Amino acid sequence: MYATRTRKARTEPFAVHTGIGERLGLAHMDWPLTIAAVALVAFSIFTLGQATTHDVPGSPGYYVDRQTIYAVLGLVGMIVVSRIDYSRFRELRVGIYTFLSVSIAMVFVFGFAARGSRRAFELPFFSFQPSELGKVLLVLALAGFVIDGARRGSARQRTVRYLCLGLAPAALVFLQPDLGTSLVFVVATLAVMYFGGVPWTHFAVIGAALVALVSLVLIVAPAVGVPVLKGYQEQRLTSFLHPSQDTGGAGYQQHQGVVAIGSGGKTGRGDRATQTRLDFVPERSTDFIFAVIGERYGFMGAAFVLSLYALLFWRALRIVTLSKNSYGTLVAGGIAVSLLFQVFVNVGMNLGIMPITGIPLPLMSYGGSSVLATFLAVGILQSINIQAHLSQKGRFAW
Amino acid sequence: MFLGPDDRPRGTRLSLRIAVVGGVAVALFAILAFRLWNLQILDGGKYLAEAQNNRTREYKVIAPRGAILDRNGGVLVDNRTSLALLLTMNKLPADPAKQKEELTELGELAHMSLKKVRQTVREQEEVAAGAPITLRRDVGYDLVYYLEENQRRFPGVTVQRVFVRQYPDGSRAAHLLGSVGEVSEEDLKAGPYKNFEPGEEVGQGGAEYTYNRVLQGKPGLTKIQVNALGEPTPGGQLVSKPPVPGNNLRLTINGSVQAAGESALADRGLPGAFVTMNVDNGEILGLGSFPTYDPTVFTKTMTQAQVNDLYRSEAAPLYDRATEGLYPTGSTFKLITALAGLEGGLVTPQTVIQDNGEITVGEQTFENSEGVANGPVNLVSALRVSSDVYFYLLGLKMWDTNQLQHWAHELGIGRPTGLDLPVYENGLLPSKQWRNKLYAAGETERPWSAGDDIQLATGQGDLQTNPLQMAIAYATLANGGNVVTPHVGLRVEDGAGRVLREFEPHRRRHVKINPAYRAAILEGLHEAAQSPGGTSYSSYATFPIEVAGKTGTAERAGHANQSWYIVLAPYPNPRIVTAVTIEEGGFGAESAAPAAKEILEAYFQKQLTKASEGGEGEGTETGAPELEAGHG
Repeated sequence: MYATRTRKARTEPFAVHTGIGERLGLAHMDWPLTIAAVALVAFSIFTLGQATTHDVPGSPGYYVDRQTIYAVLGLVGMIVVSRIDYSRFRELRVGIYTFLSVSIAMVFVFGFAARGSRRAFELPFFSFQPSELGKVLLVLALAGFVIDGARRGSARQRTVRYLCLGLAPAALVFLQPDLGTSLVFVVATLAVMYFGGVPWTHFAVIGAALVALVSLVLIVAPAVGVPVLKGYQEQRLTSFLHPSQDTGGAGYQQHQGVVAIGSGGKTGRGDRATQTRLDFVPERSTDFIFAVIGERYGFMGAAFVLSLYALLFWRALRIVTLSKNSYGTLVAGGIAVSLLFQVFVNVGMNLGIMPITGIPLPLMSYGGSSVLATFLAVGILQSINIQAHLSQKGRFAW
Repeated sequence: MFLGPDDRPRGTRLSLRIAVVGGVAVALFAILAFRLWNLQILDGGKYLAEAQNNRTREYKVIAPRGAILDRNGGVLVDNRTSLALLLTMNKLPADPAKQKEELTELGELAHMSLKKVRQTVREQEEVAAGAPITLRRDVGYDLVYYLEENQRRFPGVTVQRVFVRQYPDGSRAAHLLGSVGEVSEEDLKAGPYKNFEPGEEVGQGGAEYTYNRVLQGKPGLTKIQVNALGEPTPGGQLVSKPPVPGNNLRLTINGSVQAAGESALADRGLPGAFVTMNVDNGEILGLGSFPTYDPTVFTKTMTQAQVNDLYRSEAAPLYDRATEGLYPTGSTFKLITALAGLEGGLVTPQTVIQDNGEITVGEQTFENSEGVANGPVNLVSALRVSSDVYFYLLGLKMWDTNQLQHWAHELGIGRPTGLDLPVYENGLLPSKQWRNKLYAAGETERPWSAGDDIQLATGQGDLQTNPLQMAIAYATLANGGNVVTPHVGLRVEDGAGRVLREFEPHRRRHVKINPAYRAAILEGLHEAAQSPGGTSYSSYATFPIEVAGKTGTAERAGHANQSWYIVLAPYPNPRIVTAVTIEEGGFGAESAAPAAKEILEAYFQKQLTKASEGGEGEGTETGAPELEAGHG
């Protein structure tokens, strides 16, 4: 295809002058983005190393070792993906979408249940959670559908079509049940549609529908005796609105997270951190890792992490503008917004201003699927950047 | 649509969308950063405190309460240790069914029904919500071991070593000592226990109350670092503040005097009271009231029968008749009347009055007891034979002058004594002003009359006083005019017996008394006790120590005559006063005088033994018996 040809044609004349970096595709990588991603995962490993040594009896390096392996695999994956011309994914959109849907659906059959939710397959070395990879795959496939269908049907029909394509896997994930990830799917879908030019008026309608849906789910449905959310889900979602009311119940975890972060002060409590060390804060290696950072390293550490995310998002958004084609714009936009959403919701949850939704903090939370998927997403961003540079170079060179 | 399938996206519309996303991102990051700043920089201290608080559990280590000793070191109350079963309600399972299950099982182990368990919980929660509930004291070690082994099945249940008051002599000095119990809700609001911690054990009544600050120790603290489940974490014992035991309180009480007084009352089996006091400094050597009780009942869960006996029976064992009794005194009051008459210039010791057995004032006739006519009497003989007519006439002369009230008031009748025990009743000294005020208010049918004062002159009528006030009045005369402050607290000692503080309350006031009058009155009392014809000669004729004592036979509405005896010893320079009253005990000489003698015998034990061994000469002048030597 066009993109592949371009790459061959453009790279060959320079092959003589390029070293190993060029061959790996590193030369046109967005370095700030790479640095932000690597720094985040490195900080994650560092934090886990300090905070989780006693979590698994007899195996102090349990989390660190695994997270390191995931990080290395993720980095390799990122480099590999960055070398691929992302435009190929557009051609594979149907295959990707099918794989995405089937793999999520398979979880219902083969997945193992953890805490009442089937989300992952048990593989020999780690458990694989298709929905994490799905966040990236959905963006890739949906962006393809949007580009592909850009001239078919009326604007309204297109909007409905995109929504259906995006919300179908989101619904599957919701049924696992995994509310957080399904929300990421929804946001990714909306982001792709947004950059795909769906009219503002449609978003206004969608927004109104969302508000109606939320009120239906949270207020009307329970009132008429048809609870859509499981009790714990609803409690988690709403307890952040009144945290001080019951620090013993659903708001407990969140309150403990807030206390942990607050107690960190300016420079953190280091090894004297008690909130996250003595189990007051749950899920300290995954969903509440930001609370660990806040308590151990204080404002300095937490603000540092936030800055890295700001850097990451800035570079991602910049890649949106640089993309050589619309597909790249949509993919980069979808990835950028879904990353932003995850960061905001997770950190907001840690800070007690967002509900508990079980969305991991990209690149920080412990977990192979999440780390790998995020690195793949970053890899795709890199690919878009590299391709943009190559085409620009070509343009200038020619 | 601003996108072509494969061309580079352009146009302001895409730029706008990107800018909007960028703007939103800036806003979101700003929200996070602002919140982070708020939590960590602005409120960091608050959250740090909460985190610290979170991870530590403080356990109170109870401090033993100080012992109370008599003046010679004899133990009146100390502690024993006991294992108590404590229940922390908020650690019980939240599920009512599970909670019920645990309480039932626990109840079975502690031999309590579920109903009883719940009742105990309810009662204690009313007093101190949130504090651990003492389900049962004195549980056995087997139960403790069982609970320790099965800790997981009994969340919220702990066993604590507690100190329980122990009374080696049972009811000995019960009214003096008071008891110990959890501070009441009322006391938490006002008074000396205001702002104490709910559930704290404090003195209730008696010296335990007055000297609570001395006796109560300071609890220690053990801080243990716990995890979110409240389980102690390894190496987590953070700070341990050892408990400070309370100090010991040594009372002025003379053990043998106290014992003699109590048994003298108990032997007579009638409600009554006694007090023995040092006339010079107000030290109480013995003080008791009958019927009495064993404070041990307060250390255990009381049965309904015990509650009824203590609080509802007519015998009212908790009532301290010695300090809060409200009695007419009969002729024992004549000492005050005599002093008022002498000091008021109405009579001299030599004045002779014709006692025909009765006087008539207006339409009222006042008789000597049994109508005896004593013929001509002067002060001394009037006291010896207890001529009522002599004192009726004094009362009559003073009826409108308030002189008698003045002197009685000066000597402490019907007013607070300053005793270091809680006293809520101070009696009544009837006066013209008092009655006329009542009369003006329509609460009595007649104003003050001569009859009222005549009655008062012989300790009758509306007079309401008690042995302690009378003892103070007698002591004031005996010591030449010092109104002493009666007290039971002698000194505070630490556990090793080192003296930390001594109590020597200053006299309340001084009353100027003519020594000649004092001598005359004492002589009269001496003759009453130890001259033939004296009212208590039958009891004291052969008593080897010279004393001055006055009988009293008080007429009390609705009761048989109340027997009184107040004696100063030794004569003529008394060191102690003993006042005894026995409700429905008949004539003063009948029951109170012999009872008082038993008390004096205990006090003068050594001298009496010496006297009987080596003749009288040696013993009498050797002064204070050793028992009293500790404090002067």
